[in-house]
This record gives sequence, C-alpha cells and structure tokens, in this order.
Amino acid sequence: MVTVRQSTVIDAPVDEVWRTLRDFNGHDRWHPAVAASEIEGGVASDMIGAVRHFRLADGGELREQLLSLSDKDRSFTYCILEAPFPLMNYVATVRLKPVTDGNRTFWEWRSTFDPPSGRRQELSQLVGEGIYRAGFAAIQALLSTPPRSVARGSPPPEPTPYAPSSPAPQAVQIARDHAPSVSPIHAPARDVASRAGEAISVNAIVVDRYGGPDVLEPRRIDLGPPEPGEVRIRHRAIGVNFIDVYCRTGYFDLLPLPGIPGMEAAGVIEAVGQGVTGYSPGERVAYACPPVGAYAEARNMGTDLLVRLPDDISDDIAAATLLKGVTASFLVHDVHRLAASETVLIHAAAGGVGQLLVHWAKDIGATVIATVSTDDKKRIVEGLGADHVIVYSRENFAEAVSRITGGRGADVIYDAVGKDTFAGSLGALAVRGHIVSFGQASGPVGNWDVGRFASKSITLSRPNYGHYTSDPNELATHVGRFYSAVRRGALRLDEPTRYDLADASKAHGDLEARRTTGAIVLIP
Amino acid sequence: MAKVYTSTVISASVADVWRVVRDFNGLPDWTPFVADSRIEQNMPADQIGCIRNFTLKDGGRIREQLLGLSDYDFTCTYSILESPMGVENYIATLSLSPITDGNATFAEWQADFDCEPDREAALIQQVGGGVFQGAFDALKSRFGR
Repeated sequence: MVTVRQSTVIDAPVDEVWRTLRDFNGHDRWHPAVAASEIEGGVASDMIGAVRHFRLADGGELREQLLSLSDKDRSFTYCILEAPFPLMNYVATVRLKPVTDGNRTFWEWRSTFDPPSGRRQELSQLVGEGIYRAGFAAIQALLSTPPRSVARGSPPPEPTPYAPSSPAPQAVQIARDHAPSVSPIHAPARDVASRAGEAISVNAIVVDRYGGPDVLEPRRIDLGPPEPGEVRIRHRAIGVNFIDVYCRTGYFDLLPLPGIPGMEAAGVIEAVGQGVTGYSPGERVAYACPPVGAYAEARNMGTDLLVRLPDDISDDIAAATLLKGVTASFLVHDVHRLAASETVLIHAAAGGVGQLLVHWAKDIGATVIATVSTDDKKRIVEGLGADHVIVYSRENFAEAVSRITGGRGADVIYDAVGKDTFAGSLGALAVRGHIVSFGQASGPVGNWDVGRFASKSITLSRPNYGHYTSDPNELATHVGRFYSAVRRGALRLDEPTRYDLADASKAHGDLEARRTTGAIVLIP
Repeated sequence: MAKVYTSTVISASVADVWRVVRDFNGLPDWTPFVADSRIEQNMPADQIGCIRNFTLKDGGRIREQLLGLSDYDFTCTYSILESPMGVENYIATLSLSPITDGNATFAEWQADFDCEPDREAALIQQVGGGVFQGAFDALKSRFGR
C-alpha cells in the first residue's frame, strides 16, 4: 500500500476555503485537471454516497464516491470507483484546519492505494503532484489576497494535470508538438532490395502516455518492410477488446510507450519477408494475440501467429470474433470435453464469450443453465437457447442449480466472473464436477483450501489463452472448429458496430461507458 | 466544558520542531514562562504516566501528567493534576503536521477543561492567547521568524 500525503497553507480564512472545497461536485470550477463534473442521479453533492462522474482535461473519465463529510472537522473522504489509472483501493481525505494566528488555512490531502508492481513511484507522483499540488496552487491563486506565495519561499508547483510519466510534462508536450511525422515505432532498416519492398507510411493510433480514451491519437507512422518470417498485413477490420482498455491505461504491461494498441484484426497480406513460405500477397488472414499493434492501417506480423480466413467469413466478423471464438473452442473441446449428457453452468452468459459458450454447448447437446446480472440480459440469453436462465442478482444461483438438477449439481461450470461467483460455483457443482475459471471480471478468486475440494472430488482448471493457441496447428484446429460451427449455423454472430480507425478514442469511450452492445470493430 | 484551540505555522521541518517539543521535561528550554522543571520519581520524560513538576517564572507551581506521546503522529497529550489556575478535568494536546509544500510545520495546541462559568472567557484567553500562543511565538522566533 502507498500513502500519499501533501499539505499546504492557503492565504485565506478556513471558512472561505471550506466553502469552495466542500462542494463535491465543484472541483471542475477550481481544479485545472477537471474539465466537467456531475453528480450521478441528480442527488445533492453533500449527500453521503453521492457519486461524482467527471471528465479530465485530457479526456479520461473518473467516478468517485463521497464516503464521509464533516462540517465540524472541515473534512471529507472519498474513494475512486472507476478511473483510467490503476489506483486500486484508492481512498483519499481532504482536511482543513485554521491557522489561528494569521487567519490562514492549513490544508492536508492524503490518500492510500495499492499500485501495480513497478508503478508505485509513477502513480504516487501522479496523485501527489498532478492532483494534490496542482489543486493547492489553483486554490491559492483563486482565494489568496494578495498573492503571497512568492514570499513563502517555495514556488507554487506547476499545475501538471494528470501527466502520469515522470519526465517533465512540458518537455514531453514540446517534443510531441514538434515531432516530425516519423514515429519512433518502425522496423529497423534493412536491405531495400528485398522482395518485401520499401517502408511505407500508414495511419495509426498511437499512445504516448497511459490514460483515458483521449490518449488514443491518430497519427501517420512509418512502417518498415517485413522482417524475415513476417508478412505485412493491410488491415480491413480491427477488433476492439476490453483488454485494449487495460493496455491503454497501463493496467496490463503489454503496451510499451509510445506504442500502438490492439491485438485482433483481419486483412490482406501485402508483402512478405524473407524466408516466408505458405503465405503470399493477396491472401486474407486474421490474428488475435499479442504483440500489440493492430490499431493501424497495416502492420508486420510473424506468420506463425496468423490464421487464413475462409471466403465466407467477412472481415468484420473475423476481426470481431476470432479471439472469443478460439477461446470458446478450447473451453468446450480441450479444457473440458463437453458431452451431450452433461449439465453445464455458464456465468455471465450475455457477455461475448458467454454467448458463444451457450450456443456451442447447446449445439453439442448439453443442458445449459446460464446466469446473468439483469432481466434485459436474461431475455438475450433466453433467445440464445439456454434451458434455464438465472438472474443471480435476484436469486441464489447455487440453490437454483440444485433445484433445476434435482439436487445433483452442474457437471461443468464456466466461470469468468471470479470473486463474486466462485464460492457459489463450488456449491452448484456436482460430485466429480469441473470448474473452469477463465476470468475474474468481479475481482480475483482469492485463496482456497484445496483440501476442501475433496468434499466433491472437484477438478479445477485455470486456462491461459496462450497455452492453447501457441502451436500453429492447434490454433488452426480451433479456428477451423469455430468457423465450421459458424458455417453450420450453430453459432450465430451479430454484426459488430463499426467505427472509423481515427475514432478509436470515441470507440473506447463508448465501450467503457457501456453505451455499446455486441462487438466493436475499427475500419481503417 | 471550555475548549481552547490555537494553531500556527513554524518555518522549520516537523522533525526539527518535534525534537524540541517532545521533551516533556523541556518546557524551560523553549517556553518563555517556565523557570525550572523536573520529572517526579526520576522517571524518563517519555514514559507514559510520568509527571512533570514545574515552576512558572511568576512563582506558580504546576504538576502535569503525560497521557500520550506519539513519535508517529507527532502528538503529546497531558492532563493537569495541580495548578493555581482553578481548572478541572484539564486535558491538552500539542500536535505537529508537516507542510509538504515548503519545509514548514503546522502546529496545533488544544485543551478542554472545566471551570467556574464566570471565569471561562478569561481562562480561554489566558490559556490560548497567553500560554499556547506565547509558546508558539517562542518556537517561531527560535526557528528564525
């Protein structure tokens, strides 16, 4: 855990400073990093539990909840509900005290949070400098009469709103403004006489610093010729996945800066590097894996990571569903070989992989019990053909599964929800049942005593996408199964929502605000 | 119950100020109105429960007991056992906080006590404006302001 503690003295009476700070929704009127703020649900800003939803000057969006407010102590405490930075378990307190011999105000702003490993210093600086000290300087400038900060020895900090990297933000800004159109992201120079041809210039989305959707900037970049073993792919559709958001915010360490996000796309081979066999220009291919770099008109990629696209699979469908389809394939065929005689419980069945699992399990002939969080999602999943749909926010799903199966329980459970469902899944499982934990949307599963699994002879799997797809033949098998199931009509795929590549920022904003249903693709 | 609250800003680091004020037997060194002081029963000055017995420059004698001392929070809490002031249930806390925006310290001194109602205003003034502010002013000039 990290503690950040900053304090200052404001040259204004404590009641005046408190009047400005106590409005939980008023920070957009004084903090330089906050562009606009509103209280959700239209409640009063001093109601405990109120949530302020605000947009930063750089486009990132946050939600913070008021936990306590005291006019006696001139203090309030709040936590972050959602943020484009990994400030896990962030709780902060603002407290004012009068300086009685001078009619000034002592202001302390402190917080604790859990940073991802290796980012402690960067995030502490972001909070302490970019938020707290920038706020101090703004209030000092707003309320002090006359400005006395110069006389106090230390100069006021530069307001550096939410610049998360440690180098001087101004220097970074200048470098970016004056940067030539050549991006630092390009392949090393190589023999121009090769059959792969020359470097080309393409439109791409470049991230210079982790943050909100607005850090996704359209830019021209140079793309070198493909290296030996690589091909150059001209993208026709690029998949947008939630993992791209985690890369953009820096939550996952998969996107080195500056860099191009994206892990899933479909397109046509345009050039091939030395030593490439089996692929030639004009072939349609797709991929769904690291390394990142899909948010571009074209990129180079090793052929061992590619799959060939059949003619009847469109670019949009390929880019929107390859990753989810391959995942569903190895979940129902390899991690657990699902049989028609089995009863399967599928959590979050309205989600991307969840919908495919319901379809696929029904196609295999299994009895499908699905859980969803809302009635709207229940209607969607009923439409997919699930035998029973449980709204787990309303009904204890373990009890429901027991009732539906006559006390027997489910033979296999696909659980990507994690923390909120794992204990219930153990209860819903049949003797000799198999839990497949393949995600943790609600939080980590936590520590469990394996000895207790003996009560039902439980089998537990925790598959990793890479371990089921790293072999090109195995990957081809999953892709073949997936497209064959699509072709047979066993899997129904909805057309994805299309955004222009240049509007990647808007696509991320809509995805995070849950304004979208179904998959999203970017069209170069 | 009467309440007194006095606070100030001192141009020195919390560590430097705390080094001076944490000595429960050190009032003669840093306040302008204490002539001499000793800890009763030869106890260490940072042992919780110890009693300081000191004489004011005007001749008054005061006995105060250490109730709490924290090197983590930079706080010191004590009660008055005997004094010529005519107060009861007197408990005071001196606390320091760093001002990170500059190398300075925010110092607070607060006290709660009971007394005759007609003496309350005068005692609040005497304790807050006289004793606490007087000691703070001495600290401020000691650290060069």
